[in-house]
Order: sequence, then structure tokens, then C-alpha cells
Amino acid sequence: MPKRIGIEVSLAVADAVKMAKADVISAYPITPQTHIVEELSTYVANGELDAEFVPVESEHSAMSAAVGASAAGARVYTATSAQGLALMHEILFIASAMRLPIVMTVANRSLSGPISIWNDHSDIMTERDINWIQLFVEDGQESLELTLAAFKIAEDKRVLLPTCVNMDGFMLTHMIEPIVFPDQAVVDKFLPTYKPLLTLDPKKPATLGPVGVPEVYLEAKKQCEQALLDSLDVVKEVLAEVNKTFGRKYDLVETNGRKKAETLFVTMGSLGETCWSAVDNLIAQGQDVGQARIRLWRPFPVKEFIKACKGAERLIVIDRAISPGSVCGPVAQEIKSVFYGLKDAPEIVNIIAGIGGRDVPVADFEEMYRLAKKRKLAKTYTLWGLNSNA
Amino acid sequence: MLRDIDLSGFEKITAKDLPTECMVSSGHRACQGCGEVLAMGMVTKAAGPNTIVANATGCMEIISSPFPETAWKIPWIHVAFENAAAVASGVEAAVKALMRRGALKDRPHIIAFGGDGSTADIGFGALSGAFERGHKFLYVCLDNEAYMNTGIQRSSSTPYGASTTTSPAGKKSIGQHTQKKNLPLIAAAHGIPYVATASPAFYLDLMNKVRKALSVDGPSYIHIYAPCPTGWGMPGSKSIEIAKLAVQTNVFPLYEVVGGRFALTKKVAKPQPVTDYLKAQRRFRHLSDKEAAFIQQTVDGNLDYLQRLVAATNPEPAKAKKPKAKAAPAKKAAKKK
Amino acid sequence: MTKNSICAWQDLALGAAILEPGNAANLKTGAWRTLIPVLDEDKCIKCGLCAVYCPEFCITERKDGFFRPDFDYCKGCGICANECPKKAIAMVMEDK
Repeated sequence: MPKRIGIEVSLAVADAVKMAKADVISAYPITPQTHIVEELSTYVANGELDAEFVPVESEHSAMSAAVGASAAGARVYTATSAQGLALMHEILFIASAMRLPIVMTVANRSLSGPISIWNDHSDIMTERDINWIQLFVEDGQESLELTLAAFKIAEDKRVLLPTCVNMDGFMLTHMIEPIVFPDQAVVDKFLPTYKPLLTLDPKKPATLGPVGVPEVYLEAKKQCEQALLDSLDVVKEVLAEVNKTFGRKYDLVETNGRKKAETLFVTMGSLGETCWSAVDNLIAQGQDVGQARIRLWRPFPVKEFIKACKGAERLIVIDRAISPGSVCGPVAQEIKSVFYGLKDAPEIVNIIAGIGGRDVPVADFEEMYRLAKKRKLAKTYTLWGLNSNA
Repeated sequence: MLRDIDLSGFEKITAKDLPTECMVSSGHRACQGCGEVLAMGMVTKAAGPNTIVANATGCMEIISSPFPETAWKIPWIHVAFENAAAVASGVEAAVKALMRRGALKDRPHIIAFGGDGSTADIGFGALSGAFERGHKFLYVCLDNEAYMNTGIQRSSSTPYGASTTTSPAGKKSIGQHTQKKNLPLIAAAHGIPYVATASPAFYLDLMNKVRKALSVDGPSYIHIYAPCPTGWGMPGSKSIEIAKLAVQTNVFPLYEVVGGRFALTKKVAKPQPVTDYLKAQRRFRHLSDKEAAFIQQTVDGNLDYLQRLVAATNPEPAKAKKPKAKAAPAKKAAKKK
Repeated sequence: MTKNSICAWQDLALGAAILEPGNAANLKTGAWRTLIPVLDEDKCIKCGLCAVYCPEFCITERKDGFFRPDFDYCKGCGICANECPKKAIAMVMEDK
């Protein structure tokens, strides 16, 4: 029988990895990812999880060991955040180029400097082009279920790509929520043992990671990107199976608020829940407003997103990262290019909010809505909450 | 700490039963007379086919794997420059986990290869981490004493006085003005079961060190002298000659550290002057007699230090050696039956 | 436009891996050679040191007991000649 427990979300993620029966976990501690890996190492120490926990000396080595272990045929998990993700940067591209289905939780945190342990999306937005599947979760139940789903997506023969599950540091990782735990037998059926296609096998020696001469580099890149593009349908399939197995329904882009609303908020991650409350308040005040929440960031679900925005005249896109020197934040950039050249494209305003852990309460979203409606927001983007003398 | 290391799995190679199957095929693209690929080939001969290799970026990676051709006859993975030890850690962890759940039967040897740049410089942290964690794998540093793949730039393993493209000799410089980082001693300081230096000129010694390294339970490190005709400025035909000279002059002493006990594996009765070594290579040609004398002094001092380590870690050399010599052949004979 | 490409992207193995072990043997590095080793069979004692020290791993023992290089791969480095204890190998300019 599924059990409902009040638990810190990080611990639920660790439980998901335990239920996924990861063979190898290589990780380096960084706030706010620590509770996940502490819990996993405890499971290994207690014999509750029969895995190798490799307590590496850096995140660079965490990802490198993950690559080695995955190439050797193991189911591999790691978790990191901010500076740690940045230190992994070089190897992230290689993990996907080698088609290794590593699963990683990113406890999203602001990148230094100045050093900040608090939450925004600047860490993952720097890694948009690593050719990984990138999911964003909003709550505890989703964190658990999509961590399990991430293994299934990553290991699908049509995909074989690393997958990261983004969850907001502290704002989600450290929340205590009621979470329903599935039975191990149900998980085992949902996620069978990983059977790799190609490994470091002395009986079938292969050369992994050869020199990509100019006559092959482009084709190697194309193979890798096509797998990412093809993964979109697999993500849909797996989310449907999650629905069937665990009961909750997940879409690539979720909507709430009024159908075909004039104004839509666009959010990604846990700020979506705060925004949702504001949307409900605004609707109660008679406003024609709704919300689109992006769950799959890479590959970007273009069709699903356009469908979710059908009828909207205005999008208020909330970014959690600055893209310095560009025209707007990274999510708004994406959405502007999605709509470029389309008939009836909505007006797109961009608010960069919640940077470096800056609080964005419900009332702020209501304020954003009023300013957007009166066209009082900058055409480029607005740094929400900025204290300025100007 | 001194401790006894179980070497019962060590299968000694003799001149008569020299393994000849090289896991690196002909058709690789190393320079003529490359001592590095030769040494790497010797390592793979000693290790045999049940081996997985993690290779750092560098000459050996480039010359063995330009798509669509590979010189590797055993499973091989290249990820990046600074992480061969970390990749090998992951492979080792996977091997353990897969064996436990019955997905893997024969435990393969795991060997990481890196040049001096990837070992002493950029991959130093990853190497130290892997040693400290105790993974059962062999790390082989193929030391050609500079970044040869990128065009002979200095590394922290470049010897004092060598002219490289980023430590060039000039009016105000003798070339490399720092002393070579002592990687084998640093490896030994981790307390890992087995550390050795080796040279392709002394192939039996090299291959037996590989066999020993692979037999211990835990990390092992072999630092191999890898002559580079291109980078050192000498004919390709002289690679082995210079490797012998490096040992004969005590520039590169051959030793091993087993459970913290140091032992010279090749004692040089009458060392040749270091000038014989320096004069044979263009990288040292600019050095004056005074500088050569200083290098001689350093070489003598380093050997003295090593001998002191041997003495300090072997209080009873005669007693400790005798039973070992008797036990080894008996065990081998038993295995053959 | 696709002339300079080895194969279509769909034909690559997973992650552009190479699945044919040791297929570098397709590359005949013997073409790099200017000097060629010539063995004096009268001097040769069949010790095999030349094979041990060959960085091309292309010298093998033949039926007659002599160790000879595979000239498809011998780059003519001359280590074998230099290390031969009987000076039985001479490096001579190759007629091509």
C-alpha cells in the first residue's frame, strides 16, 4: 500500500533514488543539495541500498566518476548545485555526447559572485546547451515521482541521455511536505533493471570517446541532439505511465487559472505555486488571467507551449536568471523565439524575479500583473525588487 | 605506516614467458621512436585482455583514437584531460556494484593512463582523491616531462634546466628553473599499497611492476619514464638508449614502495656522470658546466634521499627478503599445476 | 557539401564509439618510413629484443625463428638497430 508521510523533500528524493536501486552514487557536498546525498550515504551505510557511494573530492570528479560508472554499465545518480554544477560544466557535455543515462538532481542555487547559497536558476541556465533532458519540478510529490521517471526516460533505448531534475534550493529541497510513497514492487515494475546497449566490456571491446575529427564531429553532435529532440515523445509516454502507476497527472506544460485568458503568467519551478495563488486572487478580483508552468525545459516543448498559450494577448514571463548583455532573461528569450513570426503572437513581457533568494510574495505577482496591464513594464525586462536611486 | 601487502596474486614474468600480445595495435599514430607508446604497450602486455583503460587527454589518446580508427583492442574510455583517475574510480565502483548483483562475473583490471601534465598538474586533485578513496585500480603516469601533445610546453614534471616552449632558455633564463615535482613520493604519501617507478628500457622490471600493482588490493601507481624524441631533441632511435642512461646516471632511479617500504629495484654500481645524459638531448644543450654541476648535485642528493628512505623503511632487509624469495616460486609452481 | 564526412549521422555507433577493436591496423604507417631496418641473419642471435623495444609492436617471431618487422607499420625509427646487442640490424635508405 502506498504510504503518505510528512517528509523533507530532499529526503523524498533520496528515497526515490533508493527505490530506483541506483548502482553507483558519486557526489560532492554542496548546499542546498547536502540532505539528499547525506541520506543516500546513510542508506548505503545501513545496507538499505546496495550501491557504491563514491565520496569524490570535487564535483568535476563527481561527474567524471558518474561517466565512468555509467559507461561501465551501472545505473548512476548524482546531485549538485550552483558552483558544483559550474565545476561539472566541462564533463556535462561529454556525458551526453557519450549517451550515458546519468540522473542528476540540481538543487537550484545562485551562481557566485557574490557568493550566495540561496535560490534562483542561474546555475542551470548557464547549462542550457549541455544536451541533457532538463525537467523542473514544483513540489515534493513531483520531486519523488519525476526522479523515478528521470531514470526511465534517460535509460529508454530511444533516448540514452543524461537527465537532470531541477528543484529550487531551500524553497523546495528543504520544505516538509506530505508525500505519498509508492510500494517498491510498483517501482520495480515501473523501472526495471538498467540494461545498457554499449559498455566497457572486455568481451566486446569498444573505444568510447575517440577523437572527433572534423569529418565526424558534426555527425556526432547531430546524433546527440536528435536523441534529445526524440526524447520529447518519450517524456510524454513516461509521464503518462507515471500517471497510470502513481496516479498524478503531469504535462510538459501545465496550465491553471482562466482558460484562454487574456494575460498568462509563465513560470518554471516552485515560484509557480506562489504565482498560482496570485492568479487565483486576481481571478477573484475579476481579472482575465491564467498561468502556464513549464515542466520540460530541454528539449523545449514548442508545440505544447504554443497550445498552452492559445488565445493569450500577453505573457508575463518570469525568469529566475539574468542573461547579461542579452535582450531579456533566458526563458523569455526562448519564448520570444518560439513565437517569432507566428500570427497572433502575444505581447511578451519579462520579469526577472527572485534573484539570489530574493523573496517574491503573492502580492508581488498581483503587482506585476497590474503594471503589465498598464504597460508600465520595460519592453526588455524588469529586474523585480531592485533597489535603485534612479 | 609500514604494513605487509598481500602479493600472493602476483604472477611473475620472466624473460622466457614474456607476454607478447599488445593491447595497442600497430597503425597507431605516435611519432617515430615514441618511448611513451612503447611503455604503454608494455603495460598492456603485462595486464592482458581482461582490462579496462581510462585514458586522459594527451598524446596517447590522440595517437590511438582518431575516428574511425582505434588502436585499442581492450575497452577504452577517454573523457577529458584532468579526470582519468576519477573516471577510473567510477568504472571501479560500477564493477563492484555489478559484480555484487551478478551482472558481471570476471573482475577486470582497471588502468588509468595519463601523461605528466594530466597527472602532476591538471589531474592532480582527481588522482589524490582516487588514491585516498582506495579504489582498486592502477594509475600509470607516462612521464615525458612536458606537454608534448600541445607542442612541448613545460609542466611541473619538467626537469630543472630543460628548455621548453613555455620555459625557453634565454639570456635571462636557463629554461625550467623549478625542480621536477616528485609524483611517486607524493603517491606513496597517500599510503597506497603499491608505488613504483619504471622505464621501458627495463621491460621485465616494468612488466613485473605492472603485475604486482594489479595484484594488490587497492590503488597502485607506476610512474614511467617515457622518452620523447620530438620534445627532447634526439633521434627516435635513441629512445631506449636515453632511458637506460637516465637510470645509469641516477636521473631516474628505479624503485618500488610496497606497503610503505622502499626498495631500489635497479642498483647502479658505477653511475655515469649526468652530463652524458644532458648532452644527448637538445633540451639541455644550452646548459653551462656550472649548471650541469648543480644538476649532478641534485641528482646525487635525490638518490641519497631515496637511499635513506630505503634504509629507514627496511630495518631488517636481509630477514625480510629471504622468505619472500622462497615463497614466490613455490606459489607459482602450485598455480601451474 | 557532405563530401568531407566519414558517414551519415544515423550510421554512427552510439556516442560515436568505435566498435572494431584495433582497426587502427587499417592505417599503414609504414608509409612514414625513410630508413628501413635490414637484418643480417648471420649476426642475429634471435634474442627478440628488437620486438620488445619496437614502439610499433610490429616485430614478431617468424617460423624460421628470426624476428622481423611488418613493413606495413614499421616507421623506420631505428630503435631495433640501436638496441640490437649484436648490431645485426642496419638502417638503410629505402628505395621507394
